[in-house]
Amino acid sequence: MKNVRRTGLRALIIAVLIGPVLLGVAQTLSAAFGWLPALGERTIGLAPWRTLLDQPGLATSVQLTLWTGISATVIGFALAFGLVASLHGRAMGRSLMPWLAPFLAAPHAAIAIGLAFVLAPSGWLLRLLAAPLDLTHPPAWALVGDPLGIGLILGLLVKEVPFLALIMTASLSHLPVRRWLIQARSLGYTPAATWLRVVLPMMWPQIRLPTLIVLSYALSNVDMALILGPANPPVLAVTVLRAYTAPELSSLLTAGAGAALQAIGVLITFAGVWAFERLIGVIGRTRLRRGRRGRLSGVALGLAQALNPILLGMASAAIAALAVWSVTWRWSWPKPLPEQLSMAAWQQPGDSWIGPLGHSLLFAGVTTALALMLAIAWLETEQRRGASLLAGILYLPLLLPQIGFLPGLQFGFLQLGIGPGLLAVGWAHLLFVFPYVLLVLVGPWRGYDPLLSRQAASLGAGPLRRLFRVKLPVLLAPVLAAGAIGVAVSIAQYLPTLIMGGGRINTLTTEAVSLASGADRRITAVYAILQMLIPVAAYGIAIIAPMLRGRRHRLLREPRYATGD
Amino acid sequence: MPLAIDSLAIQAPGDAPLFAPVTLSVDAGTVTTVMGPSGVGKTTLLHAIAGHLPAGFELTGHITLNGRPLNGLPAEQRRIGMMFQEAGLFPHLSVGDNLAFGLHATVRGRRARSQAVDRALAAAGLEGMGERDPATLSGGQRARAALMQSLLAEPEAILLDEPFSRLDQALRTGIRTFVLDHIRARSIPALLVTHDPADAEAAGGPVIPLGEVAAVNT
Repeated sequence: MKNVRRTGLRALIIAVLIGPVLLGVAQTLSAAFGWLPALGERTIGLAPWRTLLDQPGLATSVQLTLWTGISATVIGFALAFGLVASLHGRAMGRSLMPWLAPFLAAPHAAIAIGLAFVLAPSGWLLRLLAAPLDLTHPPAWALVGDPLGIGLILGLLVKEVPFLALIMTASLSHLPVRRWLIQARSLGYTPAATWLRVVLPMMWPQIRLPTLIVLSYALSNVDMALILGPANPPVLAVTVLRAYTAPELSSLLTAGAGAALQAIGVLITFAGVWAFERLIGVIGRTRLRRGRRGRLSGVALGLAQALNPILLGMASAAIAALAVWSVTWRWSWPKPLPEQLSMAAWQQPGDSWIGPLGHSLLFAGVTTALALMLAIAWLETEQRRGASLLAGILYLPLLLPQIGFLPGLQFGFLQLGIGPGLLAVGWAHLLFVFPYVLLVLVGPWRGYDPLLSRQAASLGAGPLRRLFRVKLPVLLAPVLAAGAIGVAVSIAQYLPTLIMGGGRINTLTTEAVSLASGADRRITAVYAILQMLIPVAAYGIAIIAPMLRGRRHRLLREPRYATGD
Repeated sequence: MPLAIDSLAIQAPGDAPLFAPVTLSVDAGTVTTVMGPSGVGKTTLLHAIAGHLPAGFELTGHITLNGRPLNGLPAEQRRIGMMFQEAGLFPHLSVGDNLAFGLHATVRGRRARSQAVDRALAAAGLEGMGERDPATLSGGQRARAALMQSLLAEPEAILLDEPFSRLDQALRTGIRTFVLDHIRARSIPALLVTHDPADAEAAGGPVIPLGEVAAVNT
């Protein structure tokens, strides 16, 4: 009986979270081949693909997508690895989280807007350079919307490096890195060579999934690409969104084909990662057998370490630029600082930020609470055997490109009687909030000492009491961290809000992205700052609350009960 | 003297010195034993000699190996091998590749290198086990493979951190003889840290007590 209930609960969680993804994929695929009965399209064939492939600039779009997505992921991985390796064993490295938190928490759109304020021709960087370089007009040079997508790559890096660094730090806490370093160095290998030859291969299986998530995001994000990416032609995901929102209904079929192409592209790069992993394994072993002590490793890792401060500086400047612009009144070029400050942007009458703020808070609060409940239920009903394969499927929403199934999901929901609105948007948020929450909780849940619960049971505590009075309090830090990440993920959602809300539900993020294309910088900055403050506050609570309690309960500060580091 | 340590003392960050200053020298082919109560800092002493002290530890005194001053030199340039309590083989490499990882880079050419690895496997009684996962080896086999990994790097001295304490009583004598014989055959200085008098006796070299600071001062 207990087993039936357990299986039922797990099946329900999968149905709620994976059902919509499969529904969306099915609808997208059928639209891609001309089948969309809701709009009277019933000609199965390759016509949508032909229309898609005939679009001018499509090849460039695909190249641009692969170039920006792959280089952002590869460079981001290298920088995060360099950061983790250089901070390991130092006092600062032990608490990496508080330093990275603002960048982890900041929504993609806010970072993108801030970076645009720094890197644009009239941006902060060139304002600062104007005097020394003797510039009188903003130059035509720009890193925003540049045809090579450099601005987009930088934006992706700012978000990816902290995330990957945190994941890597968490995986290191299970590995005897110090002992390996001692052993390899006593054999004559430099620390850098040891990190690359010993630590990286041991760490990789644990960080493969998060790396694929990052890769999929980098290949298919829409909000950063809208703000920082090139416009004509844009990356593929933006092309698909344009087709999807075009006034002609027939372009929905083209959008379906584009979405399918996007998904195929992501899957092909995943296959590339798999092949690359094998290749590196073979090459690595051959090189390792040669026994060279690897002086080049130091150069490679040193380069990655040297670039991190630049990235950090740029990210900090982006956030500072948002704050400054939101209280600026007059700031003519090329003054390095505003000439006149004002709170006017915060006090717009009528159509103000209060409504979007309310929506953002509503979605973040409800989906995070639901995701925490479902994730804890999932972990509590976990049994040893066969858990991993089933758990893998829960990350599907993060591995597939959003644009690949959300438009299909909107049609699927319509057929089920769920129109565009709060429910559809909230449900779509949950699809992405849940897997991140689960990702944070899995490690601490496995590390939990079952003796504590057994001891409670022997004192007469029932299952619920054991969970609420023993396990959850012990695991408070990771639960709060998961909650903070849940809030950050929900707040950052652009595409799900736009598509599942039918364009009628405004959150801070949808407003910020639409304002970013040319509206008043001061008002855009207000939305970006608000968008950032909510997750930053959530992270602040998640970091500070366990620290206050940790003073009194030192055992709870053991790494297995902490998150991330 | 090949390995000479002159009034070496170590201080942990914000703490008193770990032990009274140590002065000792070890001849080539000799295994000197350092004995002391647990917690006195025997492992830290070895880490200091080999260059693995964590950041923040303060070291005074002098370490020289074959006339080279080692103070301040990075661990990877000291040419000091280590053998640990838990025989450390890298878990992502096969037994043979673990030895190849240790084998000094001056041995060139794929053929020469794989032959050197095979010879070391044979010497450790591990013929034909090169492809095996280290996790499938017994404790004794792992200890022998770990010693071979250290020796293949051609160290000028070797430090042993209670390498026999985790082994079964039945195995211990055999492995100990194997390890000590191989080290003596290399004629390099060796420093063994242990709290087992039987280890010290088998090592046959001088025994140096590592005392607490307070005990020396009174």
